[in-house]
Amino acid sequence: MKTISRRKFLKITGATIATAAILTSGSKHIVKGAEKLNSKAIKGVRKIPTYCDLCFWKCGVIAYVKDGKLWKLEGNPLDPLSKGRLCPRGTGGVGAHYDSERLRSPLIRKSLRGEEKWVEVTWDEALNYIADKMQKIKNEYGPESIALFSHGIGGTFIKHLLRAFGSPNETAPSFAQCRGPREVGFELTFGDVVGSPERTDIENAKCLVLIGSHIGENMHNTQVQEFAKAIEKGASIIVVDPRFSVAASKAKYYLPIKPGTDLALLLAWMGVIVREKLYDEEYIKKFGYGFEKFAQEVSQYTPEWAYIETGIKPELIVETAYEMARYRPATLIHPGRHVTWYGDDAQRSRAIALLNALMGSWGRKGGFYVPYSMSIPKYPYPPYPELKKEPVDNPGRKYPFATGEQISTGIREATITGQPYPIKGWFVYGTNLLQALPNKEETIKAIQNLDLMVMIDVIPSEVAGWTDVVLPESVYLERYDELNLSPFREGFVGIRQPVVEEPYNQKPNWWIAKKLAEKLGLEQYFPWKNIEEYLETRLKLAGLSFDELKEKGIIKAPQQPIYYEDGVEPVFETPSGKIEFYSDQLVAAGFDPIPRYTKHPEPPAGYFRLLYGRAPVHTFSKTQSNPLLRDMMSENEVWVNADVAERWGLKNGQRIRLKNQDGVLSDPVKVKVTERIRKDCVYIVHGFGQKSKSLISTYRKGASDAELITKYKTDLLMGGTAMNVNFVTFELEV
Amino acid sequence: MPRFGMVIDTKKCVGCQDCVLACKTENNIPEGYNRDWIVTEVHGKFPDLHMEIRTERCNHCTNTPCVSVCPTGASHIHEWGGIVLVDKDLCIGCKACVEACPYDARYIHPDGYADKCTFCIHRVEKGLQPACVEVCPTHCIYFGDLDDPNSEVSQLLKSRKWHVLLPETGNEPNIFYLI
Repeated sequence: MKTISRRKFLKITGATIATAAILTSGSKHIVKGAEKLNSKAIKGVRKIPTYCDLCFWKCGVIAYVKDGKLWKLEGNPLDPLSKGRLCPRGTGGVGAHYDSERLRSPLIRKSLRGEEKWVEVTWDEALNYIADKMQKIKNEYGPESIALFSHGIGGTFIKHLLRAFGSPNETAPSFAQCRGPREVGFELTFGDVVGSPERTDIENAKCLVLIGSHIGENMHNTQVQEFAKAIEKGASIIVVDPRFSVAASKAKYYLPIKPGTDLALLLAWMGVIVREKLYDEEYIKKFGYGFEKFAQEVSQYTPEWAYIETGIKPELIVETAYEMARYRPATLIHPGRHVTWYGDDAQRSRAIALLNALMGSWGRKGGFYVPYSMSIPKYPYPPYPELKKEPVDNPGRKYPFATGEQISTGIREATITGQPYPIKGWFVYGTNLLQALPNKEETIKAIQNLDLMVMIDVIPSEVAGWTDVVLPESVYLERYDELNLSPFREGFVGIRQPVVEEPYNQKPNWWIAKKLAEKLGLEQYFPWKNIEEYLETRLKLAGLSFDELKEKGIIKAPQQPIYYEDGVEPVFETPSGKIEFYSDQLVAAGFDPIPRYTKHPEPPAGYFRLLYGRAPVHTFSKTQSNPLLRDMMSENEVWVNADVAERWGLKNGQRIRLKNQDGVLSDPVKVKVTERIRKDCVYIVHGFGQKSKSLISTYRKGASDAELITKYKTDLLMGGTAMNVNFVTFELEV
Repeated sequence: MPRFGMVIDTKKCVGCQDCVLACKTENNIPEGYNRDWIVTEVHGKFPDLHMEIRTERCNHCTNTPCVSVCPTGASHIHEWGGIVLVDKDLCIGCKACVEACPYDARYIHPDGYADKCTFCIHRVEKGLQPACVEVCPTHCIYFGDLDDPNSEVSQLLKSRKWHVLLPETGNEPNIFYLI
């Protein structure tokens, strides 16, 4: 049996295309000029294109600089992601530059970890310190004993450096703590991942099903724009959520599901669709594998059975199943993004994939399009040194389907245990691990085992306090970065370039990586003089003009089809080469070939399931000190059902603490008494209740879900850490 | 002579506050203040709920209590398009207009004058849309001439159901909410 193909999270398939670029028009308003930054004297308004870093969507931006000072940010009309409109975070990106609490100078720790006491040092001192420790770790344990946790495109050059140093250990919490289960579930079924940006054709969907996915509160720009378009076109929207989300308020059908039971609903829907033969027979005949066995198994699931689990009335389950079938193949059951919920998440995601397969929506208009990206050759670096050891995160392939990206919590585990080999150095780029990983105590325990801990970031996030060396990075508006070649509806290349200068002694990531490489004797891996030379070399190899890209911000590739019906060749990189309704590779690894429902523990009396999510104006825990975004939302609230609040005597706006099943207490948080949530759960927006003393504006503002997530359940298919398994009660004494 | 107004599609608005942020950066609104804001109205009992999300701002009313109460003439209706404005050089910061506005659309700027939405007249004069309209990722805000029967705003008001805020005041607000 062929094993699952190497995951394509980073390089998502879809045919790449030749690089002859079509020069798009409409950029005549954009003034060239990023190369002359030392021009504070320049009067008037200059417009400089770049791309956003407030989240990972990487929208094209036009920055307005007035009399040498950053004024405002708008979307770049040439950019297919933003279509000229940024999301609120992107608009508020101005505040990232002006944030008074930014890191200003390199710092070296001068007391115990966690005490947040440092001395300011020069860049040379900081990098010498790091290089010296790295060499020591290399000599004693080997180069593999240094690991990188990185989030966002800014980590590119640090990754390159550590790979050149000889470490295979590089991870991001975006896999095992976020979208990993989805990618695994879809790859097991279709042989390909959903990817980022999601290949969901929301704007052409005639029926859109959102399961716990709160588009509109979650502001992934293109998805929100397409969601509004779908509403305008009268798409039938079905929302499944324990909370009456913004999306639920736009829905034709709202299914107020009991948390933890989504898989029962999915199986019941598939049961109805199979028994009533509502599926796309032709599509399945052509592309499906193991459909008979699948049909036989899911036929047993009835709406009446699912009602007992989910609380969703049988007639509503039947009606919504028919509604989905009515509009197929333009029926999109959205796969979600942050899906580490209950521990069977890869199987639940696979059920979503299978439901889409029944609708025939994969590869079809209104379902999942086939993305493509512009192909630009890599920089011609010398080959990396041969790796002597496997990555440390998943010893013995304990989680057999975690094959393309690494498990952050696996690296944390290895750092604690020293098995399969010790990890003695961490580089942390752009991610606040104390909020991103479940069970903070384990993270701290791992950090205490390190000989070297380096953080590169723009603000002193909580993880800074546990760091030996803090390196202050320029914010995205002050630096060049790697090219954006996101796979999408259209292939394109986007540039990030400096718009204004760093206010203090901050440096861009590429500079940090290059300087450190020089100190480590790895200068041959950074043969370019500066990043302009690097970018120009890559663009030249693709026959593109650096100057033109700087001027327009975006260059598009020629259009190519994105649907099967328009001529895209259906390719399924599964062992059978087809859509796998039945999975032999799951059987071989000891898992259910067709997803099965398991009951998850319910909150004990007096406790509520802790759910968390996004607000439109913040990204994770990285934007709370941004003065513009903080002005919109400076703390979170705990959503409590109105009847529950009455029973507990809770008033709207009252401050309480949340206490979890392990006795962990949150900081005081305001109660939001609302009809918009079930009685068995509470909800808070992620990223608040931060404990970094260097970020006064966010210090202990609201409650931290991360702190209350002491418990997590591991997905045995791929090592994802499910976090919706914690229960909280109310402490009225604050 | 145009008569400017806004039509806001509550079916599309997700309440993301992008309009608020775009206004703040466009017009350099100081921290802690804003000219537009989001209101979410929820009716019913879980799970049978109805929710309307709206972006609100000065309604640029036809009948303007804020202008009537102004002792200095700072609050005025602009000769072009009926936009309600404040001349900050004439304003003495007495707050009479702040009290008079039933929509709570005005605040006193830290520099001592009453401030509010201007429909981004500085942009409209150049043929641009107000900043909040231009930024909205859901395209839920429409701006235009209410007196032109062929304008997008007029067409929307003809083809869709709508309401205005506090019609009982008789102020004849010029912002309309599609439902």
